[in-house]
Amino acid sequence: MDMALSDEQRMIVDMVRRFVREEIVPLEDNLDPDADEVSPEKLAELVEKTKEMGLHGLDTPPEYGGPDINLVTRCLIAIECSQHRAGLYAPCYYAFGGARQAQLFEATDAQKDKYLHPMLRGEKRVFFALSEPSGGSDPGRAIQTRAVRDGDHWVINGTKLWISGADRADYGLLFARTGGPGRGGVTAFIVETEWEGFNVRRIVHTLRSAKYATEIQLEDLRVPHENILGEEGGGFAIANDRLSRQRVPYSAECLGVAIKAHEMAIEYAKIRETFGAPLAHRQGIQWMLVENEIDIRAAKLLVFDAAAKADRGEPYRTESAIAKLVASENSFKVVDRSMQIHGGLGVAKDLPLERWFREMRIRRVGEGPSEVQKHVIARDILNESLR
Amino acid sequence: MPVRMDKPWVPLNEESLATIASHLGVYQLANDAGEIVYIGVADARTLFGLKGELRKAIADPPGGATQFRVEVNMAYRTRHMELLQAYQHDYGALPVANTDIDPRILGRLRPAG
Repeated sequence: MDMALSDEQRMIVDMVRRFVREEIVPLEDNLDPDADEVSPEKLAELVEKTKEMGLHGLDTPPEYGGPDINLVTRCLIAIECSQHRAGLYAPCYYAFGGARQAQLFEATDAQKDKYLHPMLRGEKRVFFALSEPSGGSDPGRAIQTRAVRDGDHWVINGTKLWISGADRADYGLLFARTGGPGRGGVTAFIVETEWEGFNVRRIVHTLRSAKYATEIQLEDLRVPHENILGEEGGGFAIANDRLSRQRVPYSAECLGVAIKAHEMAIEYAKIRETFGAPLAHRQGIQWMLVENEIDIRAAKLLVFDAAAKADRGEPYRTESAIAKLVASENSFKVVDRSMQIHGGLGVAKDLPLERWFREMRIRRVGEGPSEVQKHVIARDILNESLR
Repeated sequence: MPVRMDKPWVPLNEESLATIASHLGVYQLANDAGEIVYIGVADARTLFGLKGELRKAIADPPGGATQFRVEVNMAYRTRHMELLQAYQHDYGALPVANTDIDPRILGRLRPAG
């Protein structure tokens, strides 16, 4: 397998790397260590720069104005964008375009006019509400939020949990049960946050300081029938598509942080002396650095294997699950070892390691916990035999 | 943890400050009538956390504050946002002395109760 970058990819990586080092990292000197956003004016300035680079709206298809890049290149960019303090959950403070709901590209023309295009123009914010207190990894069975038809409307009641950005969004995708139990009973709705009955009740405080989650209560929320996205009962496929698609760049972001933490550990091991010699001369430290290196290289191969398969149009569900599993688990170990090498400094807010440690811990759970990834992999290899 | 802070108010003076450590967290300041005039955060950039921020408030009380209450919280950023949004929901505006907050960064929370 040829892992060499093309000239264009090398140019993009260099450009993004320079942007992160020259525009993003210096900003963090004046921000709280847990900050996850910059002022709207600063963000607009950064967005102009990513537009000049031709890289704004990374997850937007070219026909809608996004850059014409494949998933491998998207992952290369993700690795670079996450290499700063807030980079895991607020890569470049969203200068490359914030989270967008790719499902809206499948909307009807009327829905696109009303919801997709304002989102693409950056005028409106969106959310994605799938998980509930009853679970998020198995939405086909866990969803208890119920939508009942009432003439031209649906009336929705229930609770959504772990929903990022719902308090600041204008509208979003919300999944509710319109039929019986199982996957076929779930439908996706586009709902507006100003509608009566849509209530963001609280912020769910976690280890993560960026992109906080919220709890939503839906109390007799009336949604027009025309706001169904896709088909009635087709919600699970829409949700599942998003989960598979997201896993690969999500894994690449983990790698970016691991790479940066490892670089910091190497540098520190060379300059920090204990008992008359640099840490780098101690075998115990050397082995930690070696393990970091191997963990990063192994994860990188798996992430790019998944991305390359997706780019070739081949099935990549198993590969994306493996990439997500290994990248999040390995990157967590890399950050942990790098903290250990830094000693007390590693756990202080003076360095980004403690934030990465907290947020990387969440990565082993978010977008499907490691155990669910194993479940996906096991199901695929048992049902379809080993490929 | 309730969305709205409901601890009793403590007089904003040096004597009360003796009981406050230099932890990170959030705090509220109120006037004599118990009306919240400022919602603040002692983040990781502060030299002495909550103690340092309250000491500043004693020296120059925002909005004429005379009382305070604190909450030690490592999720200080999200908790600060939550308290601001809950107040905005309840009163339709931010506390009078929170001129340091750009309302554009706030979301719309509709806490129960």
